[in-house]
Amino acid sequence: MIALHELTLREAAARVRRREISATELTRAALARITAVEPGLGAFLTVCEPEALAAAAATDRALAAGADPGPLAGVPIALKDNICTAGVRTTAGSRILERFVPAYDATVAARLRAAGAIFVGKCNCDEFAMGSSTENSALGVTRNPWDPERVPGGSSGGSAAAVAARECYAALGTDTGGSIRLPAGFCGVVGLKPTYGRVSRWGVIAYASSLDQVGPITRNVADAALVLAAIAGHDPRDATSAPRPLPPLDDLAAGVGGLRLGLPREYFVEGMQPAVDAAVRAAVRVLEGLGAAVEPVSLPHTEYAVATYYLIATAEASSNLARYDGVRYGLRAPAASLGEMYEATRAAGFGAEVKRRIMLGTYALSKGYYDAWYVKAQQVRTLIRHDFDAVFARCDALVTPVAPTTAFRRGERTADPLTMYLSDIFTISVNLAGLPALVLPCGVDGGGLPIGLQVIGRPFDEATVLRAAAAYEHATDWHAPRPPI
Amino acid sequence: MTAGGMEAVIGLEVHAELLTRSKIFCGCSAAFGAPPDTNVCPVCLGMPGVLPVLNRRVVEFAIRAGLATHCRIAPRSVFARKNYFYPDLPKGYQISMYELPLCTGGHLDVLVDGVARRIGLTRIHMEEDTGKSVHDADDGGSLVDFNRSGVPLLEIVSEPDLRTPAEAGVYLRTLRSILQYLEICDGNMEEGSFRCDANVSVRPRGETAFGVKVEVKNMNSFRAVEKALAFEIARQNEAVAAGERLRQETRLWDADREETRSMRAKEHADDYRYFPEPDLAPLVVDPAWVEEVRATMPELPGPRRERFERSYGLSSYDADVLTQRKDVADYFEAGVQAGAAPKEMANWTATEVLRLVREEKLDAALVIRDWPITAAQVASLARLVQAGTITRSTAKGLLPRLRGTGRDPAELVASEGLAQVSDRGALERAVAEALAANPAQVAEYRAGKEKVLGFLVGQVMRASGGKANPQLVQELLRAALAEEAP
Repeated sequence: MIALHELTLREAAARVRRREISATELTRAALARITAVEPGLGAFLTVCEPEALAAAAATDRALAAGADPGPLAGVPIALKDNICTAGVRTTAGSRILERFVPAYDATVAARLRAAGAIFVGKCNCDEFAMGSSTENSALGVTRNPWDPERVPGGSSGGSAAAVAARECYAALGTDTGGSIRLPAGFCGVVGLKPTYGRVSRWGVIAYASSLDQVGPITRNVADAALVLAAIAGHDPRDATSAPRPLPPLDDLAAGVGGLRLGLPREYFVEGMQPAVDAAVRAAVRVLEGLGAAVEPVSLPHTEYAVATYYLIATAEASSNLARYDGVRYGLRAPAASLGEMYEATRAAGFGAEVKRRIMLGTYALSKGYYDAWYVKAQQVRTLIRHDFDAVFARCDALVTPVAPTTAFRRGERTADPLTMYLSDIFTISVNLAGLPALVLPCGVDGGGLPIGLQVIGRPFDEATVLRAAAAYEHATDWHAPRPPI
Repeated sequence: MTAGGMEAVIGLEVHAELLTRSKIFCGCSAAFGAPPDTNVCPVCLGMPGVLPVLNRRVVEFAIRAGLATHCRIAPRSVFARKNYFYPDLPKGYQISMYELPLCTGGHLDVLVDGVARRIGLTRIHMEEDTGKSVHDADDGGSLVDFNRSGVPLLEIVSEPDLRTPAEAGVYLRTLRSILQYLEICDGNMEEGSFRCDANVSVRPRGETAFGVKVEVKNMNSFRAVEKALAFEIARQNEAVAAGERLRQETRLWDADREETRSMRAKEHADDYRYFPEPDLAPLVVDPAWVEEVRATMPELPGPRRERFERSYGLSSYDADVLTQRKDVADYFEAGVQAGAAPKEMANWTATEVLRLVREEKLDAALVIRDWPITAAQVASLARLVQAGTITRSTAKGLLPRLRGTGRDPAELVASEGLAQVSDRGALERAVAEALAANPAQVAEYRAGKEKVLGFLVGQVMRASGGKANPQLVQELLRAALAEEAP
């Protein structure tokens, strides 16, 4: 018999609904798995065992009473630790919030609870979601389940590692420049960044407000669609959430026949790991074989994306992180005066990368530099969006690699921020343009590390992205291998 | 250059707290005076992950203010973050508007000593208020009360069109009056719901370039603004006369010592690093909405003042006094409707009624709803005086007795026999008694000191319990004094 933790989310949910297994059994199985693998993995910052068991017991009682506890009833799910959970500490991977316990649920957390999900814990991430390897977490080390010497990717590295290691059936991540997709690619799971505005940001600790978006990390495409359906939709508490409903996602199996897929030439670059290039091109051939029409396209402003991102995201971050001042909550360093308290608190509470980005952003917004940096970056952002508009006039979706390489070694890029920043070269444009994009496994390199395929869609067209990904997944077995952990 | 050859250039920046029920970006009550930190939520406390949602009513109020001051209402405006660190600013930035405010290019017509002046308005924009720092003497520490955090404000910025402290005072009173007419701000400077900072510089008369600008803060009343400006202009003029260079700086008004003092010098210029607020979409105001708001605008104080002069024949002074507050103007007009002669009603309202209002601080409320005496009662009194039924002094004496009763004074006059005595015979007797009782004054009068007549009238009035017809008394006294002349 298949171990409970190996079930897909859809299957686990179905069994609970059919009352073949109880929510409590499922939750205990997940907690046991967490206990077994966490010492070698470090995906979680907080495991919510008593809360999870209480919630599972409540679900079982509701089921026994004949109530409908929701489509995700009894399913253990984890949340990235920058998503606020009422009564459970939420750290954003930072010393400054190490003991912060919110009094409120993020809208996505509340919606998952309402759908019946059981929260088993909070996942590690780069501090304030700033990073590509989860090495910027101030509170713990997360390893790649495929190779403990490798990073899981970031910033949602804990979420991706937890899903890949079967500690939960799904996890939420956040994606500002690739933070769902890169770790999904590095850990060999599925990660979906929805369209900006598709999912509420209320209660999600802000890094860069105009780029941040919450999305699911799962073990297959259908599960991602299920979780998306549970969290998507307009939220009156987020003025940037779109007042348009998510269309039904029930035709995932419709195939790619007739779909026009674009292959942006700027995403196949010199210096790419050959195995990545080969796996993605092979995946494109599979899609062609399934009936998709593939054509080369161009996104000419791609080369400016990383620079544009690091101006806009850091500018917003410098402002968003100003509230961590030691006055009302979080860390406060003792000091003689107010000014010294601010300095000591922020010096002790923030890590090097966070400080670097606050400084970059402060600089970009400063008098005399604002026009040259921030305003110019916004103009380039518009050009990047126009690149996609032009391509989507002809194509239904784009297919690219998620990153130029597979998971790199721990410590390999920490000394050189620029090299680290280039890990996101294929994911950042999508955030600048506010588009939906999904990453799924499409191969392994010589060392057995997963390779991720990215499918990018039109704004609010998650349905087509999911459909193309589901067709590929159905035709291949790259989602089947499980990490050795 | 002597001070006489100098002129001052003044621009004012007003922050008006809006009277919406809830705050600008969350559902908390915006009421003043609640126990500390009771009107707060994660949004106005700047907790991690929270987001602002714009209160539509605040926009409506801002549109009202913009229309009342002849501003252009931008179809698209943009909120911006003003970044700085302070304990009463929970997010480390204030959500305000910067490059693209909601209202621009308006003006305010003010009457300075009877002369009309048009003062330009640069802009009006919406923003959130900060919390309130409480510097606690008990333990030497400071506390912050976040009830005020997120209360909606309008920032109303004038052009540097004002030239004297008096003009600045009139501008502020006019602006406050308009906001009160619109029922969007209670205009209470002491409680801080109407705050003013001033930019002031001096230059030789005839010069068009500006002098060095000084910002003056911490003025808690209209008088304080006028005094602070007068002090500051004199200080700058003296400095210029002495050949000193003025510095661009911020100075605080010290109301006790009646002087402005330089704030601790800043090491570098403020840089608020404004940028568009990414948590709020640009504000798009449908022109149809603006027209809807326009249709609900009340008659404003300026036009109303002119109408009072024109339609009721009031003096410019009376019309001004009566139209400063909408409720007072409404009261006056209600009395006229009830049959009082306009000038008579104006006198009663401007003197007796407003005195009561001020004594009892009823004007602290934005709108007086519980008048101690109704306009109908005052109108009835005025009619009784006009008709000669009672004397003015009887009427004044009756006023306090009408309070809170709702009684018609005509009924009181009838039941208590207060009607004026115009019976010639009775009054002649009273006059004769008064003359007999005051021989010294009679002698003085006859010696040419006609002022004494007033005293004698008073004696007769007193003897009649105030009911005697004063004109008749005077007439009879003159006749009697002339008759008995040797």
